[in-house]
Amino acid sequence: MFDLTGKCALVTGASGGIGAEIARALHAGGAVVALSGTRVEPLEALAAELGEGAHVCPANLSDPESVEALPKAALAAMGGLDILVNNAGITRDQLMMRMSDEDWQSVIDVNLTAAFRLMRGVMRPMMKARWGRIINITSIVGQTGNPGQVNYAAAKAGLVGASKSLAQEVASRGVTVNCVAPGFIQTAMTDKLSDDQKTALMGNIPAGRMGTPEEIAAAVRYLASPEAGYVTGAVLHVNGGMAMV
Amino acid sequence: MSDIADRVKKIVVEHLGVEEDKVTESASFIDDLGADSLDTVELVMAFEEEFGIEIPDDAAENIQTVGDAVKFISEAA
Repeated sequence: MFDLTGKCALVTGASGGIGAEIARALHAGGAVVALSGTRVEPLEALAAELGEGAHVCPANLSDPESVEALPKAALAAMGGLDILVNNAGITRDQLMMRMSDEDWQSVIDVNLTAAFRLMRGVMRPMMKARWGRIINITSIVGQTGNPGQVNYAAAKAGLVGASKSLAQEVASRGVTVNCVAPGFIQTAMTDKLSDDQKTALMGNIPAGRMGTPEEIAAAVRYLASPEAGYVTGAVLHVNGGMAMV
Repeated sequence: MSDIADRVKKIVVEHLGVEEDKVTESASFIDDLGADSLDTVELVMAFEEEFGIEIPDDAAENIQTVGDAVKFISEAA
């Protein structure tokens, strides 16, 4: 089940905790993977760990030219492009009254606009193949909101709306577009929280613990699989019951 | 010219699954041949590949009939 043999997957933000785990899960499922990110070193380390069928395609998602070039580079490296995982994301947290235009724009650019451009860039090979999987990693805060994350929550909510719209446009061509919305996941991003913050958070999570990157990756692998062909426009929440939406 | 028209016709027949005799020069992809808007995008993609040309978005919007496509490709090729 959930076999990805012969499929080619582009994963952005593959140098991060969740992204690397997504790449591992897709690769373990038999897919060839293109690992994208800004930092080349961790990408190359991951490619070395995965061995055959792993390519490094660095890109700076805040640079439109770099974004436009990425699907082409991934297609050239892998010889196909069947699965796109828009996982890359940045945060510039700040109370809204103190949030600068730049804090707002940089988060929208990377988390929403780059994802849009990448989806547009991969449509052609997917439409031709009459098969494609787009999986956007959003966040629970796109649905619930979160103080200090006006920009991030807006970008993630925007990505959900974009996914649902595109899902309707291309469903008849065998291309599905879905979101995976993580709750609190153990990564470098959440390691920065204080113990008090973590304790307060746990009180809101029925499962009583943070999630793991592996649990996000498993959801992505499912949505990327042939078995998920009838699932489109969905948001799969992986949050330990923190918000049941 | 006729060569281009034949190749355009063949693509339209294959892509839209319509009878060859319905693909006349004045046939509209959407009104006469049952295409939806995404089909027209795919047809333009197919023309680009078949003829090795690039059809900009604003030109693509004006290609609504088989004749429009043949005319544009003849001028571009």
